[in-house]
Amino acid sequence: MTGLLEVFRKEISDNFNSKRFIILFLLVYIAGIASIYIAAQNIRSSVDENTRYIFLNLFIVSGKDLPFSFPLFMSIFIPIIGIALGFDAVNSERTSGNLSRLLAQPIYRDDVIHGKFLAGLVVIAIMVISIVALVAGLGLRMIGVPPEAEEVLRVFAFIFVSILYGAFWLSLAILFSVLFKKTATSALTSIAIWIFFFLFMSLIAGLVANAIVPVNESSTFEDVVKFDTVYRMINRINPGTLYSESIQALLLPVMGSSSPTMMMIGIYSGLKPTPLPIAQSLLIVWPQLVGLLALTALCFIIGYVKFMREEIRST
Amino acid sequence: MNNKFVIETRDLTKAYGKFIAVDKLNLQIVEGEVFGFLGPNGAGKTTTILMLMGFCEPTSGIVRVNGYDPAREPIKVKKNVGYMPEKIGFYDDMTARENLEYTGRLNGLNSGELKSRIDSLLEVVGLKDKSDQLVSKFSHGMKQRLGIADVMIKEPKVAIFDEPTSGIDPEGTDQVLNLIQEMARQKVTVLISSHQLHQVQKICSRVGIFSQGKMVASGSVENLGRALLREGQFNIIIPIAQLTDKLKAAINALPSIIDITSRDNSTTVVCNENISDQLEEVVLKETGLRVKMKVEEFELEEIYMKYFKESQP
Repeated sequence: MTGLLEVFRKEISDNFNSKRFIILFLLVYIAGIASIYIAAQNIRSSVDENTRYIFLNLFIVSGKDLPFSFPLFMSIFIPIIGIALGFDAVNSERTSGNLSRLLAQPIYRDDVIHGKFLAGLVVIAIMVISIVALVAGLGLRMIGVPPEAEEVLRVFAFIFVSILYGAFWLSLAILFSVLFKKTATSALTSIAIWIFFFLFMSLIAGLVANAIVPVNESSTFEDVVKFDTVYRMINRINPGTLYSESIQALLLPVMGSSSPTMMMIGIYSGLKPTPLPIAQSLLIVWPQLVGLLALTALCFIIGYVKFMREEIRST
Repeated sequence: MNNKFVIETRDLTKAYGKFIAVDKLNLQIVEGEVFGFLGPNGAGKTTTILMLMGFCEPTSGIVRVNGYDPAREPIKVKKNVGYMPEKIGFYDDMTARENLEYTGRLNGLNSGELKSRIDSLLEVVGLKDKSDQLVSKFSHGMKQRLGIADVMIKEPKVAIFDEPTSGIDPEGTDQVLNLIQEMARQKVTVLISSHQLHQVQKICSRVGIFSQGKMVASGSVENLGRALLREGQFNIIIPIAQLTDKLKAAINALPSIIDITSRDNSTTVVCNENISDQLEEVVLKETGLRVKMKVEEFELEEIYMKYFKESQP
């Protein structure tokens, strides 16, 4: 227990003192303030007297010219933060010759990797919570509409999901820091995976789905729905999709149903969608949350097992 | 397993695929010994040390350090064993003191104990005035000395040094060796791996010579030398150039004499036992002179070279 606590303590203080952290924090704050500024500019035109959840709108409204919303910004920055905090966790200790020295002390190997993961997680949590608090606070001042209890709960759920998403990228980066001896390799691999998911995954999902269920203008409604279902299923390999689906359901209670069939029915029947209660929204995002958690655990366990069985040489 | 050995291995083997890094090693080190691992690079010294520390698992065989199995009870082993790896590194963005503090806290020391212990250790290793400098500014030799402080902070019963003097200048080497000797004087069992023979000879009470994963010879430098170089014989040097026939005959009458040869200013007596005391008496009786006999010593390098010349066809 001492080992875990001490490693955790050192890693936390390292994180807070590092230039890396200061740069990330500045970046995140500037982007966060920019997104709330854009939201505040556009919120009047996007809500009317029928809109419920005005406070939540603050988080999702994007500019007309700038398609820059808070969730988009979060889905870009959280992976970067996670990678930046984890990519050199183990291999930098090794190359600097500290790992042998560290493990010669009466601590378990688990303590090192757990301590590093926990410290990264706490830093991510601090970043997410503070940026959301900042956006909420500034937004509240700008629009002057207090949040309802349910909105507050939804924001908390949003914070939780965001931290979980950060945990996934952190554990992926730590996994690569165990697998690769060079920090540059582990950093590049993590970033390559992020770029792949961010830019190419939906493209590939579309191609594959089209191969399974070909659709064109003359396709039937059933086929389009089928295509959409397959497309979404494939896309859910991407943790980014899991994240954006869950924040959509949490922050947009009105369109929160991620089922395409429901949305299609809504469009075709002309029924006005009604906002879902939070319990229902949570039920919808439950599979996504479990998926994210499973991916995080998988990466962490692979890295953990590799690290535990590894030979610790100083060279 | 016997508890009187601080470090004990039995048929310890480590194989990487077909390559056998350590081959059925039997090692027994008792408390207070300074034991040297000698051998060329790749002879299995470091791999043996890694198994002693629980940093890699043996393929077969048994390891016990302080009576515990390092692979099964690593904490109990590492509580009392200090280890200085070959390429030691510190956190560059921390000062010498902060690095030691971290190690100390990992060993469960509280701040009060730590402060005084770090102060005295930095004094011992001669880094007192550098204690609040960043380690990134340290020279290799300074890092090595800080490494020794890092080993000593937990007050270990056993200290293992892997190539502690490689890559540092003669002065730094001396400082490091003196520090290790100082530890040995405080009843710490020391294990050193090195290929710098002179240094090892200076401080080790016993050495083991490694070659291709096997420990091919072990013992004190003197015994090893006698066994390997003189076929178990002693060379005793009498600092008298010309022996009278009478004296020669008297010496020849002593037991276990094999040969007497005279050189420019001394005479060498080859014999099966160390009879220097008897020789002294004989010389005193025959010539009335009290002369000091000298038993020829062995250079580890000689032993080492001889050994590897013989083992390589």
